[in-house]
Amino acid sequence: MLILECPYCGVKAEETELSAGGEAHLKRYGPGSNDDEFHDYLFMRENPKGVHFERWRHANGCGKWFHAARCTMTMEVFGTYSAQTYEPPQEIKDKITAKRPGWSWREYSDASE
Amino acid sequence: MSNPVTATNGAEFTGIATVKDAGLQGMITLRGDLSSSVLGAAVKAATGAEVPAQGKVSVVESGAAAWMSPDELLLLVPYGEAVAKTAALAEALSGEHALAANVSDARSYFSISGAGARETLAKIAPVDLSPEAFAAGDFRRSRTAQVAAAFWMEEDGSFRLVCFRSVGAYMFNLLSNAAHPQSSVDVY
Amino acid sequence: MSTRLAKQGRLIDRSKKIDFTFNGKRMQGYAGDSLASALLANDQVMMGRSFKYHRPRGVVAAGSEEPNALMQLGTGDRYEPNQRATTTELFSGLSAASQNHWPSLEFDVLSINNKLSRFLTAGFYYKMFIHPRPLWKHVYEPIIRKSAGLGAAPEAELKDPDTYEHFYFFADVVVVGGGVAGLQSAKAAAASGAKVLVLEQNNHWGGRAPVDGGTIDGEAPEVWIEKTLEELRGMKNVTLRDRCMSSGVYDHGYVLGYERLTDHVPGQGGPRHRLWRIRAKQIVTATGAIERPLSFAGNDVPGVMLAASMRDYVVNWGVNPGQKVVVATNNDDAYRTALCLHEAGVEVVRVVDARETGGGALMEAVREKGIRVELGRAIAKVKDGPRVTKVAICAQNGEGGAREEVEADAVAMSGGWSPVVHLWSHCGGKLNWDKENAFFRPDPARPPLGDNGAGFVIASGSANGNLGLAAVLEDAAAAGAQASEAAGFPAKTTQAPKGVSEDESLMEPVWLMPAKADIKLRMKTWLDYQNDVKVSDVQLAAREGYESVEHTKRYTTLGMATDQGKLSNINGLAILADSLNSEIPQVGTTTFRPPYHPISMGAIGGEARGEIFQPVRKTPIYDWNDANGADWEPVGQWRRPFAYTRSGESRHDAVNREVKNTRENLGLLDASTLGKLIVKGPDAGKFLDMMYTNMMSNLKIGKCRYGLMCSENGFLSDDGVVARIDEDTWLCHTTTGGAESIHGHMEEWLQTEWWDWKVYVANVTEQYAQVAVVGPKARKVLEKLNNKAGGGMDLSKDALPFMEWRDGQIGGFNARAYRISFSGELSYEIAVAASEGQAFWDALMEAGKEFNVMPYGTETLHILRAEKGFIMIGDETDGTVIPQDLNLQWALSKKKEDYLGKRAHLRSHMADPDRWKLVGLETVDGSVLPDGAYARGNGINANGQQNVIGRVTSTYYSATLGRGIAMGLVKHGPKRMGEVIEFPGTDGKIYQAKIVDPVFYDKEGEKQNV
Repeated sequence: MLILECPYCGVKAEETELSAGGEAHLKRYGPGSNDDEFHDYLFMRENPKGVHFERWRHANGCGKWFHAARCTMTMEVFGTYSAQTYEPPQEIKDKITAKRPGWSWREYSDASE
Repeated sequence: MSNPVTATNGAEFTGIATVKDAGLQGMITLRGDLSSSVLGAAVKAATGAEVPAQGKVSVVESGAAAWMSPDELLLLVPYGEAVAKTAALAEALSGEHALAANVSDARSYFSISGAGARETLAKIAPVDLSPEAFAAGDFRRSRTAQVAAAFWMEEDGSFRLVCFRSVGAYMFNLLSNAAHPQSSVDVY
Repeated sequence: MSTRLAKQGRLIDRSKKIDFTFNGKRMQGYAGDSLASALLANDQVMMGRSFKYHRPRGVVAAGSEEPNALMQLGTGDRYEPNQRATTTELFSGLSAASQNHWPSLEFDVLSINNKLSRFLTAGFYYKMFIHPRPLWKHVYEPIIRKSAGLGAAPEAELKDPDTYEHFYFFADVVVVGGGVAGLQSAKAAAASGAKVLVLEQNNHWGGRAPVDGGTIDGEAPEVWIEKTLEELRGMKNVTLRDRCMSSGVYDHGYVLGYERLTDHVPGQGGPRHRLWRIRAKQIVTATGAIERPLSFAGNDVPGVMLAASMRDYVVNWGVNPGQKVVVATNNDDAYRTALCLHEAGVEVVRVVDARETGGGALMEAVREKGIRVELGRAIAKVKDGPRVTKVAICAQNGEGGAREEVEADAVAMSGGWSPVVHLWSHCGGKLNWDKENAFFRPDPARPPLGDNGAGFVIASGSANGNLGLAAVLEDAAAAGAQASEAAGFPAKTTQAPKGVSEDESLMEPVWLMPAKADIKLRMKTWLDYQNDVKVSDVQLAAREGYESVEHTKRYTTLGMATDQGKLSNINGLAILADSLNSEIPQVGTTTFRPPYHPISMGAIGGEARGEIFQPVRKTPIYDWNDANGADWEPVGQWRRPFAYTRSGESRHDAVNREVKNTRENLGLLDASTLGKLIVKGPDAGKFLDMMYTNMMSNLKIGKCRYGLMCSENGFLSDDGVVARIDEDTWLCHTTTGGAESIHGHMEEWLQTEWWDWKVYVANVTEQYAQVAVVGPKARKVLEKLNNKAGGGMDLSKDALPFMEWRDGQIGGFNARAYRISFSGELSYEIAVAASEGQAFWDALMEAGKEFNVMPYGTETLHILRAEKGFIMIGDETDGTVIPQDLNLQWALSKKKEDYLGKRAHLRSHMADPDRWKLVGLETVDGSVLPDGAYARGNGINANGQQNVIGRVTSTYYSATLGRGIAMGLVKHGPKRMGEVIEFPGTDGKIYQAKIVDPVFYDKEGEKQNV
């Protein structure tokens, strides 16, 4: 059972305090988007073995949504960060690079490569 | 017109801890910019307490302010003054983006006191309640068995717990069960 | 025979006799006995029958690894099957019974299976009973279920009278195991100041050391154990728990501890078991090692035991398991048993050592006692009757011929040791094969990884593959120090105590005894006692192509019983590897999964039983409802009255009465459960325009509007009335089930998409008791309340028109009144403070007497809305329905550029003209359509099923109209008005229904607008 530190209230919350919210950093497509864009936005998701970015909500706690970067294979948590961002912060990306050189996920990857 | 009543009507149970319906308590949900001096002044005016730090509650004689989230406080005021104080807060904060809502009647409020108070809570909440980790003035929102709740520790070592009114009876039974006289864990 | 010895028994108190019964027979033991030791003391070696062949079985081990001695314990509501005699502490009045036999343990009809065992090989059931298919369910399965199995299930109607609880605990270091390794690790970790929790599954500390002997710091192990315990008990940062087994290690340092509080004092009061839900920064597994059986024919005959367990019975409980014992071994440790037995006055007939070269100092010590030791020899076969009667001895390196038979009544066997690596492995710790000792041991380079990517489990002592006291203690000290370091507490240099034990010469792997045992012997050579898996079964599986260890496990059921193969796994792997001409590390182990040892369902459920099984949400009017005939219906976690039945009245009668009375007079509905969300801020209007399909930003202050919500993929998710409170504040009503989810939905969009929008949301659902005052007399009763109070808000049509709200006083209560109607009648929904809800309800009931007021429940609410053709989220919608399907196009704003669901409605399937659409349905004969019935179309689909063209979404008897009414979704429905379609019911009837307009009553909507 995972523990994630909520970046809003600082609580190291166990999974029963949290609710999972699926993949992070989806770009919303609304009216004006074409069928493919909208389809991908609604349905296409990453399913990586390794580095992954997710949304979580501290539901039984401060109620805030946040982002988590973790490894789906080892459960290692590289970091949690604000929900109010369109992409993983550099600091998180650096942490992942340090632990998983050569990583990539959607359009993000090990910047040192 | 009528006498307002709590959901558990003064219920009390004593085992390894004493669990008590703590009665009608004025409570105001305040959302806004917690760093704003206007908000700080309004909180002080309403409760007498300062805006608490993250994870803390500031308790004073006339009330308390508890940190619910980066943009939310729970204010404690006398029950009979909650409506007026909510209005006063709204008035004081009319120039900012803020929301004050009277939630006094939406909550059940309990005290848990006695030697087994820490253990009673530690049976239902995934929270480190050891004296090293949880002290007077600490405030925590969490899960208690199957419902959400918030609790904090008073200076005298007793706890106060707030949950939704609809589950007040569940919470009282849950706490009483956890405080069963023969269920001391003997670690705290 | 097995008897109590005059001396020995370090754990029993001979001054305290304890009476108990086994299979109804009265027996006596001592305080400190396990049920197993007490049974042995009463010469009860046979303790059960096996799972498949019903072979007589005796106790093999002395701890949680025991596969055979499973008991049915207790009677009545405290009855429990499959409890291990070895882990059951004896208490006064204990009643145990053996299981899986009929009519008795001694004579069992189904032991015929034993004679048929030649045919009941691995995969037998799969092969035999596959054809003909129908026979499986009606013939084979009932017979097999009766013949196979463990204890009988408890009676369904009985309820466990005991209680259980959870306890959350946080520690820097959790040490699992209270043997000398665990205690030393705990000591080393605690010295750093780290918070340490030590869990010991037994009721006594020290593990095997007091039995195995040797010295620690020059003294007997018991002395060191007592001293160390005292030291640890005196440390504030150390918590010691016995009778508390760690059942599993999970991600991120989560450990479960299963504490048995009153199993040994049943009925004492307080919780029976406590499940410790622990978070540890580091976990030290000092779980010891388990001895392996030897694989020889008849190794399951009662009286054959693990050598070290036999020693346990002698030393710990003063019980000798036999008078004439043969010891069989491939290592030096079993010689300790020979010495121990000899010292206890038991005749050791032979030591049969499979090694050609034999052992070291311990062997010499045995020889010195005059005990005959035979090298390079094996047990060919143990003869039963049903207990051990004779042992046939042969050369190890042969097929089992040229036997010598000796008389014996017990056999002590030792096939070497396996470190208990379960907890290490639960969360991904990897193992290495130690060729020298023939066991898997934890690979410290590949531990389970925690949230920081570093290892969080450290194995200690013999669980880490160390044998001998010196190595165990040194490793344990290092493990404790390493754990505290990793937990952030710099270790103080702790000197490991000096352990001294006899030097041992190398063991020699022996996977079959004799090495080339013929098939007749192999078919009587057991690997998994509990599931009756033999050497020949694993060999057969390999021949049939089950090369993966996981497949072999499932095909043969090796290691799948409640002991999870603690004794059998390695022996089975070795046989499989041999059959595949492979090596053990290449074959690998099966996956170790929690729990290590079965734990009670009660402990898992914890406090959640009876009244607090789950939270029941109660409105402020709950108690009144309950006292006044409420026939409760669960709505999410809420309880709402379905109807208020009066004495002598059926549910149906009550509903009809409530419907008619509300239409004709006055009804009250406890509507407190409806969600109420305050949405406030400069951008609140803009935000609500995104949330709702229709426009909310232009709603005038003081007015209400019905709104629809869709998910981003266009499906209807909620609906409700929105009220504009002031310039930047709206109050949104949600469905009863929607309060929390819609609140969460709003927060999600605000926090994760439009975080620069200035909007706050607060869930004030439970602040209010909300009462719907409904019917032609609704205004009258409220005005009466106001008159009585000497004033109040103006409730007239002009002052408070339909779809508006006002704040003010009603009957002296501070109230907010909404003129909204879900029934089509004149209706006010009045919100008062929840704490005053009951008083307000009482006032309405009192004042309403002259208007014939009656409360009504959810069924009447449903009927009233269905008569008006109003949709209900969850009835007309099911997560696949869009507003267009329900003819709600009017609520889809064309002015707005965007709202959740708008883009999705443009997808081709959403715009398909063939989508089923909402219509009303009237049965031709006036009867009530069955709920959920499908309308049949022409022809059949690709699966050969009848095509369908629609389904019933809501169906009721309308007391107002005196007939059944229904709504449904029908293909091209609105274009087929007047057409009659057919709904086959599950009762065999075909219901004919006419497609009609869904508004059945007051089509012009005049009644609500008076």
